[in-house]
Formats: sequence, C-alpha cells, structure tokens
Amino acid sequence: MTGVRPPFGGPRHSLHIVSGKGGTGKTTVAAGLACALATRGRRILVCEVEGRQGIAEVFGVGPLKGSEERRVTRTPAGGAVFGLAVDAEDALLEYLETFYHLGLAGRALDKFGAVDFATSIAPGLRDVLLTGKVYEAVRRKVRNRPNSYDAVVLDAPPTGRIAAFLNVHEAVSGLAKMGPIRGQADSIMEVLRSARTVVHFVTLLEDMPVTETEEAVMALRPTGIRVGTVIENMVSATPLRPAELAAAAAGQVALNVPGWSAAQNAALGAEFAIAAAQTAEQQIRHDRLLTLGLPLAQLDFDPAGIDAGALVDVARQLSAQLDLEVG
Amino acid sequence: MSGPFLDIDRIIADRETKIVICCGSGGVGKTTTSAALALRAAEAGRTVVVLTIDPAKRLAQSLGVGELDNSPRPVGQLDTSAGGRLDAMMLDMKRTFDDVVISQSRPDKAAAILQNPFYEALSSSFSGTQEYMAMEKLGQLHAQGRWDLIVVDTPPARSALDFLDAPEHLSSLLDGRFLRLLLAPARGPLRLMSVGFNLVSSAMDKVLGGQVISDVKTFVTAFEALFGGFRNRAEQTLQLLSSRHTTFLVVATPQRDALREAAYFVDRLVEERMPLAGVVLNRVHSSALDVSADRARALAEDLDPNESGLEIEALRLHARLMRVIDLEKRLIARFASSRPTIAETRVRALPTDVTDLESLRRVGASMAQPD
Repeated sequence: MTGVRPPFGGPRHSLHIVSGKGGTGKTTVAAGLACALATRGRRILVCEVEGRQGIAEVFGVGPLKGSEERRVTRTPAGGAVFGLAVDAEDALLEYLETFYHLGLAGRALDKFGAVDFATSIAPGLRDVLLTGKVYEAVRRKVRNRPNSYDAVVLDAPPTGRIAAFLNVHEAVSGLAKMGPIRGQADSIMEVLRSARTVVHFVTLLEDMPVTETEEAVMALRPTGIRVGTVIENMVSATPLRPAELAAAAAGQVALNVPGWSAAQNAALGAEFAIAAAQTAEQQIRHDRLLTLGLPLAQLDFDPAGIDAGALVDVARQLSAQLDLEVG
Repeated sequence: MSGPFLDIDRIIADRETKIVICCGSGGVGKTTTSAALALRAAEAGRTVVVLTIDPAKRLAQSLGVGELDNSPRPVGQLDTSAGGRLDAMMLDMKRTFDDVVISQSRPDKAAAILQNPFYEALSSSFSGTQEYMAMEKLGQLHAQGRWDLIVVDTPPARSALDFLDAPEHLSSLLDGRFLRLLLAPARGPLRLMSVGFNLVSSAMDKVLGGQVISDVKTFVTAFEALFGGFRNRAEQTLQLLSSRHTTFLVVATPQRDALREAAYFVDRLVEERMPLAGVVLNRVHSSALDVSADRARALAEDLDPNESGLEIEALRLHARLMRVIDLEKRLIARFASSRPTIAETRVRALPTDVTDLESLRRVGASMAQPD
C-alpha cells in the first residue's frame, strides 16, 4: 500500500498510533483523537492490544468482548467511533482459520493449550498477531471490504515497549523464515512505514515521561516509522513571564490580597512559590522536547479528571493542534 | 471519611515482621514507598535490605544501586545511631535467572540452557519473568539470613495483580499440557488423540517455524531436571508470602485508575487470606490556606490585573489546587467507604521529585504521621 491519498479531502492518516509512558493519559488521548477524527458521517475505529479494557472505561461502556467491533459513541460532529479490544488468542485462531483452514479443529486447539502456548512462548508472534489485526482493519477501506473505517487509532503499548512492538520484522526474525507469518509481517511493516501511518507520543512535563519519550523517538528512528506529534498532557499554561516565575519560585514575591491577614498572604505566597517552581520545571522539560524537532501540542490540565463529557474537550483541543485533515 | 490508621512505625518496630511487600499499579510511587520505608526502618534500628525493581536514575544513584549489580550494597549517609543498617539493590532479572540455572545444573547443561535461543527470549522478554525473578531473589535474600527486614518493591505491571499471577503463568507454561504433548506425542493413550494433535502440531510448526519448536524442545529437555527444583523454590517463596512474618502494603495515588487497581489488589489479598497491612496513598495534595476554590476565584475577579497580576495568578492556582484536593477527597472517601476495614495512611505530595535520602526521610515521616 503506497500513499493513496483521499481525493477530496479526508483524514491525512489512515492509522494513528498513540503511545506514551503509563499514567500520562495515553488512552484518553487515543479516545479523544478518535472523536476528533469522527466528523461528517465518518467511521473511526479505536483499538487496544493489552487487554486493559481502557477504551470501554473511558467511553463509559461495558467491556469489549472477543473480536467485536462495537460502536462506543456518536460524536457531535456527526461521526461514529467504534472500539475493539484485540486479543492475541482470538487473532491466532482467526489466522489459523484463514491460512490453514483449521476452523473448528482450531477451536479444539485450546483443549491442548496450544493457542496459549504459541502466543506465550514467542512474544514476537503475539505482537505480529496483534498488529496484524490492526493492519487488517486499516486495509478494509482500500480493499473495499465491508465494515471499513475512515481511519484507525491504536491505543498502543507504552514507550518502553513501543519500538519492539512495531518492529515486526525483528519480531519474526526468529520464527518461520517463509510462509504466511513472514509475508504478513512484511505487509504490516509496509503499512507502518507508509506516509499514511503516524505515531504520536503522549507525555507529562515530568522527568521520567519526557526521558522515555526521547528514548522511544530514538528507538523508532531506524524503523522508518514516522513520528507525528508529541502531546503534552495536563499542562498548566501560565500568563507569567519567565522572570516573574523565577522570582515567585525563589519566594521573592510578597503577595498582597486586599483584606487578607499577613499569615494568609504568606501562606498564599508559599503555595505560589511551589507552583511557580513546578511551572518553571515544566518549561525546562518543554524545552527538552523542543529539541526533538517534532510538532508539540498541549492539552489542558483538568482538575476534575476525565469522563465521557471531557473527551469532547480533548477532541476539540487535538483537532485545533494536530494536522489531521487533508485539504 | 477515612479508614483506620495504617501505623508504619508499629510495623517497623515489630520484630516478627520480616518481609514487607509493596504492590500496586505502575506509576504510583512503589519504589519510593519501599525505599522510604526501608530507610525509616533502618534509622529506627532494624537491619534492612530493600529490593528495588525499576528506580528512577537519580534515586538509584542516591541509594547506590547500579545496573551492574545483582546483590545488595550498603547505603551511605545513613543515621546509624539506633544501630540499624540499610542495604539496597536493583533486580537484574536475566542475571537472577542465569544464576539459578548455573547453581542448579552441571556446567555443561547450564551452558546448553543459557545459549538456547528460547531461553534467551524467556529470560528477557517473557511477561511474568520479572515477577518470577523478584520472588526468586526474595527467596535468596531470605535464605541468606543477613537482614531482619526485607522490603520488596514489585515490578511496574500492567495491572496490580500481575505480581501474584505472573509466576504461575511462567510455571504453567513450562509445565503445560501442550508442551508435554509436544515432547511425548506417541506414548500410550495419547495415540488416540494423535490425528487431531498432529494437525495442530503441524500448524504450530508452520506458524512458529520448526526451529522455534526444536529450540523449545531442547530447552525443556535440558531444563526438566532443574525445573522441579525451580518449581519447589517458587512454592517455598509463595509460602513465605503467606506467613505471619510477611505483610503487604498496597500503594496507590488518589486517582481513579490507581484506586481501582488498589481495590482489586486489596480484594485479591483478602480472598487469598494474605496478610494485608493496609494502603499507602501517595501524592495527596493539601493546602495550608483555608480559602475555598470559589472564594479564591471570586477574589481574583475583583482584582485589577494591572496592579495585582501576581495575586490573580496565585489565587487562580490556589483555586485549582482546592479543586484537586476536593476530587482526591471524594475518591479516597469512596474507596474508604467501600472497604471500611482496610487501614490507610497518606503521604503528602512533595514539591519536587524524590531523588535523595533527605526527601525519602520526608516521605517516611509523612507516611508515619496520622493525618
């Protein structure tokens, strides 16, 4: 599949892969991105591959079972988002059915523990099966298959694992040298490297998430898979200038709220000093991310936490900052 | 509303408590909690070793745990006036696995296993190996008898339950039905099944490749002799986990996901009748300024941006902090009311990352203090 572009405008990418350190809000961003893409009658699929039921959780629906692709929401812009929890065992059975016509006999494999065995002993195989399922969903549109999607969003494994997970060539190098698995890996790799696939990283402006983002971006470079935007989550924007921030952080600012006691003003000042120091640290990490040479986006910090309603806001912020559409 | 107080100092003072295991989902501060607890215990006079899994670089440096080590080293700058000691180490799972293989088999067999490609994959990337090796290391440390308190950090798992489940997963993989059938397909009554089995095994062969199957067979055959021992050791360590000398701490932060994972873990420990001391809630926010979010916002609106720009920003930030505190209180209350008998303690959110002994002391002090 080479860069087949939608003729009259449409999603710029057919596959968005969202990674990030655990706890940075990766699943929320993946869900929000799917909502942002789901405009004007489009069908968007968001999938997960680690069995966490994070998609069901963030959309507030029941767990996604087996290989069902269930609609999880309609968006105000007139599109629909579907969810899929990819399961390696199911993917292997589907695979055996497609390529080896094992069908019902394949179902009996479980009695021997074969399916569990195969997906456990060869972690590379497991990854190929998971990415293979995502690949199949992405390819439906081009192949004019039923139940196709205008774009697919993958809530992918975290930064520590993402390069190994996407590098399916490496994953199968120890497995069969020929045959369907090899061919499958080659096709998947071609799609992953195409201009229609992009990887975004979600991060907090904290030390470890930023470090892991840098490492993951480096680790992906040799694979030829394109990196898109680094999305800074839970950012607290400040109207203060750096000099003001620095003075506040150093406790050099004496606040004076009219009508307040000295003690109250001091307490506010102490709190402010800490917040200013934290904002200054965030600035430093933002500057580190700038050196990656990648587009950066910021999502606001919402003290109330994320629920289905807040997703609409995440979607809006992503639409405004990411280059999602052609034309 | 909160549960009974989790008294860390009482646990530390109780010489019958010899193992403390800190579990919980990833990113909640388990390593910090383990290190802070170990430090506090050592400075209270216990002879402590802390087994960390994945410490942040600067904390690792402060504790003196390096990547090349797989054994405990003394932590410098300790307050030894109470006669205690603190050793620390970071788990190297591959090396731990290698050491078990080497210590349990003849040199030639050991070499064969260590070079086997399947073993390579198993010892470094199989999910469950890290948990299994943490348990193995705990067993080793315990057997050495050099410390009267072992504090165990657990791997940053996908889910809090991995620590209990993963070792069994590895054991049952190596001991599993399919593997047994692969090794001895033509014996006795299994022949009756052989037609179906051959279909399956030939598909596996094609999917995985003959080399993988062959590597697995070679590995398991060589490993068989020491696997029994392996399994025994795992069972012994599991016994240790349930003994009256062990206690579990579930670590969480006042956030939806972390508390949900903590709840699952609490339930699981209770179900399995494992000794649960209580829950440590990290990074709990608080404010010394008794002004509500609404009040702060209202005040800010009344001020002149030209004259009081800084005050306005400070009030806005305070309002946001109060909303965070509010949300955290609600989440904690919900957790406490659903599991009212579980003891808890809260650790104040610190302004900066915990990277040295001094900040670990503050964490320990906050943990030990009733709120």
